Amino acid sequence: MASSTSTHIDTAPPVPKSGRSTGRAGDKIFSGLSKGSGILLLVIMASIAAFLTYRASIALSKNEGNFLTTFDWNASARPPVFGIAVLLFGTVVSSIIAMAIAVPIAVGIALFISHYAPRKLAAPLAYVVDLLAAVPSIIYGIWGALFLVPQLNGLNLWLDQYLGWTYVFDKTQVGVARSLFTVGILLAIMILPIVTSVSREVFLQVPRMNEEAALALGATRWEVIRMSVLPFGRSGVISASMLGLGRALGETMAVATVLSPSFLISGHILDPGGGTFAQNIAAKFDEANEFGRDALIASGLVLFLLTLLVNGAARLIIARRKDFSGANA
Amino acid sequence: MKLQRKNRLRASALGALVVSGALVLTACGSDDNTKTGADGTTKASAPAPGDIKCDGAKGKLLASGSSAQKNAVDLWVKNYMAACSGVEVNYKSSSSGEGIVAFNQGTVGFAGSDSALKPEQVEDSKKICTGGGQGINLPMVGGPIALGFNVAGVDKLNLDAATIANIFNDKIKKWDDEAIKKLNPGVSLPSTAIQAFHRSEDSGTTENLGKYLKAAAPDAWSYEASKKWPAPGGQAASGSAGVASQVKAVDGAIGYFELSYATSQSIKTVDVNTGASAPVKATPDNASKAISAAKVTGTGSDLALKLDYATKAEGAYPIVLVTYEVVCDKGNKPETLGTVKSFLEYTASDAGQKALTENGYAPIPAEINTKVREVIKSLA
Repeated sequence: MASSTSTHIDTAPPVPKSGRSTGRAGDKIFSGLSKGSGILLLVIMASIAAFLTYRASIALSKNEGNFLTTFDWNASARPPVFGIAVLLFGTVVSSIIAMAIAVPIAVGIALFISHYAPRKLAAPLAYVVDLLAAVPSIIYGIWGALFLVPQLNGLNLWLDQYLGWTYVFDKTQVGVARSLFTVGILLAIMILPIVTSVSREVFLQVPRMNEEAALALGATRWEVIRMSVLPFGRSGVISASMLGLGRALGETMAVATVLSPSFLISGHILDPGGGTFAQNIAAKFDEANEFGRDALIASGLVLFLLTLLVNGAARLIIARRKDFSGANA
Repeated sequence: MKLQRKNRLRASALGALVVSGALVLTACGSDDNTKTGADGTTKASAPAPGDIKCDGAKGKLLASGSSAQKNAVDLWVKNYMAACSGVEVNYKSSSSGEGIVAFNQGTVGFAGSDSALKPEQVEDSKKICTGGGQGINLPMVGGPIALGFNVAGVDKLNLDAATIANIFNDKIKKWDDEAIKKLNPGVSLPSTAIQAFHRSEDSGTTENLGKYLKAAAPDAWSYEASKKWPAPGGQAASGSAGVASQVKAVDGAIGYFELSYATSQSIKTVDVNTGASAPVKATPDNASKAISAAKVTGTGSDLALKLDYATKAEGAYPIVLVTYEVVCDKGNKPETLGTVKSFLEYTASDAGQKALTENGYAPIPAEINTKVREVIKSLA
């Protein structure tokens, strides 16, 4: 009955229930601070969402066009007519192109660093890939406009000649490569570091046991990767890709510098033209009057929702994979 | 383990090097070049050369708008600031649309625009111009809108309004098109594809080109003139400078911008076939001939002009723009009013107007210029 601890002179402090403070001042302050930080974040997010929604509702109530289907952006005119069809299309298409290029390459680099590269090479290489993330996006834009665009003419002609039958790669307009395809390539380079570094961390966390077991069964290195590394890392790679996609969707300056903006939807991704949400906001903000800015904010709200959807989808995919073991850095 | 740590150390050392390097570089880049007098007012300097009166000017004047007049304003600002120490005029060259928006939000002392204020913009300006004032247009700079082209092996090119319209609305696709050949006998035109560049933002230059095409080639160009590019096809670039640099870089390109951009980047320009005896070259003098026929349509102190774009007069270059400085007739902000008056008095003066001709711009005709000077004196 009497507890054996009563014989001890210094009793250990009672173990606090999770989330409750023990009543000591330091504890109270610390738990208050951490709770405050959490609440602050929610307040900031809520106020941003409220601001966007309020300003967007002003714009939408006066829009003479259909916000979802109008192929035009004349928000500062009277009457204002604007729609996001072109922007949504351009944003999604350029991001898909970027993902299609960047994810396979990033997974390749990550595997090379984590499983193939000699130790001496792996660390510097990883570091160099991370450095890509340190380049400001406007620099990517300038490099894209002055170097990449002229260099891509040859590739575009080649794609047009041999893949023109796919409709997508059919180049109907002459012109330098200031197209969604070029933007996609540029975005691919920009999201490479984030996808690579997260994937690399995941691949490094594959339990040694699994790999050694596979090796013990006589598997080659490629089979080890196929049977133990990739299945283990799959959800990590998915969440890495989603992080990259989030960045690609919202990229502004690089796109605005490279793309030749126009309000057309074209399935020919090599033709110049199109636009993205962020590029349109950057290009139009300067010359937009009060109402025009509200309209741009409305398009920003759509981008906000699009990003939320993408993240939600990513979480669903990851949640469905039960073998996921907290490897999403 | 040891190896890893070494690598990490090395990596962080490298990182530190990169970061510190970047810091040093930005520190060099953000030199603060503002010069103000000890108390922010003008010092009584020696009498200013060439019509510049600095009295009343003080501090910093912000202005923004038309990129077509950028090169003219840059020159004026240089001369003006050399004469009035302690005054800073800062003109941000973007687009006419942006300039008017900035003016109507009260962030600039005056705006530059290649097209006169629209009625609704005048309405908006009444919020900014206090005491019943409103925004007015003061024509200050004229200039030819040059059609710059870059076609390998072609040095001279004549085009007429209908052909220009068809090039810009995507109907003529190759440089050796029959329509172009007919206008350029004896010139060997390559079969290069035409790449027409237009402005991506709301531009007064676009609107003036549109007015010209609609006046001179109504059958080929059915679009209402607007600041926004109306036609299909082609490619967009931002600002006059953006269009000019694309034309300079791309073989087979054609674009439009104020002549000064063509002169400064040595881009070849199209001679326009107006129906006069010979095709007209884009020069300040030829533009002046067209601008001299302009009529004032504004009322009171507003001096908005109407230009005759369909002119067939000998040697008159029809694709012209007049850039207005937009100010309040009364109710300008007291802190910038003195500088605005003093600066615009200089730009409208003989010396200010003469400086234009050397740089690909055309001065405003004398009788209109006289009215402009009177209005500037009356600004409050």
